Amino acid sequence: MEKKLVRCNINGKDVETYLDVRSSLTDMLRNDYRLTSVKKGCEVGECGACNVIIDGECYNSCIYLAVWAEGKHIRTLESLLGPNGELSDIQQAFVDEAAVQCGFCTPGFIMTAVKILESGKEYTREELRKQLSGHLCRCTGYENILNAVEKTMKKRLGKA
Amino acid sequence: MVVGKSVKRVDAFDKVTGRARYTDDLVDKSALIVKICHSTIAHGMVKSIDKSEAEKIAGVVKILTCFDVPDRPFPTAGHPWSTDPHHQDVADRLLLNRHVRYYGDDIAVVIAEDEVTAEQGVRALKVEYEEFSFVLDPQEAMKDGAPLLHEKFKNNILAHTGYEVGNYEEAILEPGLVKIEGWYDTPTVQHCHIENHICYAEEQSGKIVIVSSTQIPHIVRRICGQALGLPWGSVRLIKPYIGGGFGNKQDALYEPLCGYCCQQVGGRLVKLDVSREETFVSNRVRHAIRYHIITFARPDGRFVARRMEAFSNQGAYASHGHGIVAKGASAFKQIYVDDKATKVDAYTIFTNTPASGAMRAYGIPQVSFAIESNVEDAAEILGIDSLKLRQMNMMPVGYKDDFTKNINYFDSLNQCIAKGKAYIDYERKHAEYAKQTGPIRRGVGMAIFWYNTAVWPISLEASSCRMVMNQDGSVQFEIAETEIGQGADTAFAQMVADTVGVPFEKVHVMSTQDTDITPFGTGAYASRQTYVAGFAIHQIGTQLKNKVLNYASYLTGKPADVLDLVDGIVIDKSTKEPLMPIDELATTALYSLDQAEQFSAEGTTQIKSNAYSFGCGFVEVEVDIPMCKVTLLKMINVHDCGRLINPQLAEAQVHGGMSMAIGYGMGEQLLFDPKTGKPLNNNLLDYKLCTMMDHPDLKAEFVENFEPTSPFGTKALGEPPTCPGAPAIRNAIFNATGVSINQTPMTPHVLFARFKEDGLL
Amino acid sequence: MYDFSALYEATSVQNAVELMQAHPSAVLIAGGSDVLIKMREGKLAGAELISIYKLDELREVTMDPDGALRIGPMTSFSHATNSPMLQKYMPVLGESADTAGGPQLRSIGTLGGTICTGVTSADTASTQVAYDAVLEITSVSGIRKLSIHDFYKGPGKVDLQPGELLTAILIPKESYENCFGYYIKYAMRNAMDIATIGCSVNVVLSPDRKTIRRMRIAYGVAGPVPMRARTAEAALNGMPVGEAAIAAIGEEVLKDVNPRTSWRASAEFRKQIISETARRGLKAAIERAGGVF
Repeated sequence: MEKKLVRCNINGKDVETYLDVRSSLTDMLRNDYRLTSVKKGCEVGECGACNVIIDGECYNSCIYLAVWAEGKHIRTLESLLGPNGELSDIQQAFVDEAAVQCGFCTPGFIMTAVKILESGKEYTREELRKQLSGHLCRCTGYENILNAVEKTMKKRLGKA
Repeated sequence: MVVGKSVKRVDAFDKVTGRARYTDDLVDKSALIVKICHSTIAHGMVKSIDKSEAEKIAGVVKILTCFDVPDRPFPTAGHPWSTDPHHQDVADRLLLNRHVRYYGDDIAVVIAEDEVTAEQGVRALKVEYEEFSFVLDPQEAMKDGAPLLHEKFKNNILAHTGYEVGNYEEAILEPGLVKIEGWYDTPTVQHCHIENHICYAEEQSGKIVIVSSTQIPHIVRRICGQALGLPWGSVRLIKPYIGGGFGNKQDALYEPLCGYCCQQVGGRLVKLDVSREETFVSNRVRHAIRYHIITFARPDGRFVARRMEAFSNQGAYASHGHGIVAKGASAFKQIYVDDKATKVDAYTIFTNTPASGAMRAYGIPQVSFAIESNVEDAAEILGIDSLKLRQMNMMPVGYKDDFTKNINYFDSLNQCIAKGKAYIDYERKHAEYAKQTGPIRRGVGMAIFWYNTAVWPISLEASSCRMVMNQDGSVQFEIAETEIGQGADTAFAQMVADTVGVPFEKVHVMSTQDTDITPFGTGAYASRQTYVAGFAIHQIGTQLKNKVLNYASYLTGKPADVLDLVDGIVIDKSTKEPLMPIDELATTALYSLDQAEQFSAEGTTQIKSNAYSFGCGFVEVEVDIPMCKVTLLKMINVHDCGRLINPQLAEAQVHGGMSMAIGYGMGEQLLFDPKTGKPLNNNLLDYKLCTMMDHPDLKAEFVENFEPTSPFGTKALGEPPTCPGAPAIRNAIFNATGVSINQTPMTPHVLFARFKEDGLL
Repeated sequence: MYDFSALYEATSVQNAVELMQAHPSAVLIAGGSDVLIKMREGKLAGAELISIYKLDELREVTMDPDGALRIGPMTSFSHATNSPMLQKYMPVLGESADTAGGPQLRSIGTLGGTICTGVTSADTASTQVAYDAVLEITSVSGIRKLSIHDFYKGPGKVDLQPGELLTAILIPKESYENCFGYYIKYAMRNAMDIATIGCSVNVVLSPDRKTIRRMRIAYGVAGPVPMRARTAEAALNGMPVGEAAIAAIGEEVLKDVNPRTSWRASAEFRKQIISETARRGLKAAIERAGGVF
């Protein structure tokens, strides 16, 4: 099958690789860059486990052609750790609020949370529910995930 | 002491950083890919499979069909094996089937160099069938002349059991009794763990090594051995982190087939990754059970006699079988205790639908819906407050079950109810809401439930673990009870820390089970893990500690019985004087030129007890009658699961169960085309798993009565949270509208029909 | 990995229509939420794809000199919701876009793609129909315009000839001026769902806000394609603002619609929702327009 050079910036680093053009972005991130936080739960955009940030917006990478990544800035969960291995505030909040159980939906959720937090806006709990509604979780009942995001948002806004 | 504290999960860091590795993160890219060809009829015989077109596709390595596999039936249920043939699970599975029994049955596999090629190969197979008539409904399947799924099971009845406490026919003759009767239907639902089942296999050192997303590695090893005709020790099963299980992965799913494919390509690495669509149909589902309940009560509310018939839809293969409906039958006579008689008949019936297996709470969400609907209707008919009616009839303190020998030590149900009703303001609202009119109304509802912990005395209960102390005094801990997301590893670490006497941080739980390394155990199911592991941890941890103290005695010259190990420091018990930190002691012992010793302990603890686990759920709803929509406003579960090992994780566990109950009550149902038996909504768009926007804030509370049978005072919590939600929602809709809905899920479609019937629309 | 046989990435509209002409059997892919999912299901296995994903020129929302809103068909749902132009002149389009799927889907789903698939349940389609959108379609032989009402030919079928590309969605000025719209999505879940019924209503009131001067109502899933309820519109136009109008529309819409029974919902149930959403949608639209009950 046809291969194509795809150049993009992943987690702050300019990278390039020759890809089978049939690859999804999930395929590229997992197989070519070993970014295995990007999970496969349905591969048709219904569960959110493969969510990543592309140029500031959230996408299910399973229904995104890898070749479209050309020239884009892509961020995955692996980008969040500090230089000395310290957790970012939202990761720490997921730990502290017991928002993690099996952990399979966690990376996707956290990346949506990152987008929400970086907007710098304050949202109501109901608005947060809507913004996070593109992710399915079977373990947590979403309660502690919502709490983790809400608390981090308030902290960042100096309201906690 | 760390038991009872909300310490953070031991696996949380890895899971929030993407470092936790799941099956697909571990498999080498070179793996051959297996794709399954599923039947496109609900019942029939495969006459032929033409492989010629598929074989021409470049990259197709091997095609195996139902005509190739050995005729060696095996069971799949994740039960402990029984050496008594009468108690063994039904062996009705082949690796691939000529006699296909549901739409989606496995008939062939294509093994190829990559996924796209394997899929192309499957599409290129030409299958010829001889079609049989099929049956989807269990009561239809029981009738004479219904299509037969398995020759050995007449009228498709896998099992029929029953019991009678007292004399039912006599009891109902008592004058003045009020009869409350209903039929209650529960749906086929799926577990929907976010990680689909996946496994890969390779031959190494003369063994088949299978890495799998399973809850039960040791059980799956046994089943793979049975299915492949190999000595069980020739199968090595490895379980890494898994993305949820909820009982679906308490079955051998595709591990045997994956192992077989590996054998057929010379032991090369093969991966079998199941799609979401396949997961819905070709894994396991929850048993849909239809109940018929008749209650005879005195006008004062006392239940005199009750009768239940239950018809459980097993689907095409036996899997966990009759155990599910039987557990509900057991609950029926215990959650409420009749004055004179209780009579039950329970049937498990094969139909041409996906195989039903274990799913969180194993029959109790089903029976709770039926019982708690019937009780609510009884209250209405009798004109008695439904809460009082429950309290009048529910299991009393001191009750002892003859079979399990369980004793109801505490007034758990009333204590739980008190907390739940206070949170919802139940009594005031229940009275107030009953008087509403208008298109949008509110309601409150509640339900109680019964559960028990682990599987004794039905099956074996034993737990084995190993503890090894490192140079720094930290403890490697290995156990076959598995982490599947519920937080087991963290609870184990807490119990180990307290038992041995080292800080929590010094316990290293080996989260990956490897049947070649991990001590034998049966895995995650039956809400047993913390309970049964607690016994083993207590026994083995004490042994380890004693070894440490004996060595400390050798070093200090003080008798071992005056010494203790507390929080990583050897102390003199009488003076509390710290004598030596554990790291120093462990290093000394390992490198001693005089008396070198590794501190380790290992063994099996058999558990011959069981424990009741009770609770209740309360909800408040708003019903928009013209829109046929229910919105949940408030929801609480209250549990007595004994002493909480980790309150924060316990709470999180309850939230998850409540969420599953909301889906069970309001939206989830796997549907089949009545004309073809084809599944209609086997994907996450059409199957209505709740999103974050479908939930109210979830509240979890606890009553902590220290369970006397457990060294840590704990008992079941994993599954029980799923039990009360659906009937509580049903009863809240009843409070709001006066409309009783005897089927779940209570979707807008169902509400529309019932509101029409009762004249609300 | 998707099962397709070739991918042609268009670099401009001109290039796209040339590629379409050169590969007449190729499937056009915009955001991918339709095509890639079908491909996973094996439905388009082996197809050739022409991607227009990189045509950023089709992602803008601008205003034509005649006051028509010119919406690039590649405008994603989330961009439609956040577009200042749409927020100012036609907020209901962004609001309806904001009900589609979940947030990630709204990053890829496009306003053009959603009508080109010819799907009746598309959330923004009924609003485009309710606002008499005009479509601009480009091919190598030039540009043609047609009303969205003529565009839909049947379930999954639209009036796009081989080699034709939708290049703009135009909302005429008279369609949005002084007009207030409201969209109700009725689905089984509150997110990540397809509409059981989608109802888009808009009104122009008299200057004193006491009379309905013009009411338009369109549905998704009330028939094989997104459709207007013309009888209801005719009956309501000129009616005074008030409960009588609300009661009337609930009855009148049933004369227009033709929902079907499927495993997803019965026709009877859909009719119940069609009536109720008409009542609630009209009331909300009137209130937005400043009408008082």
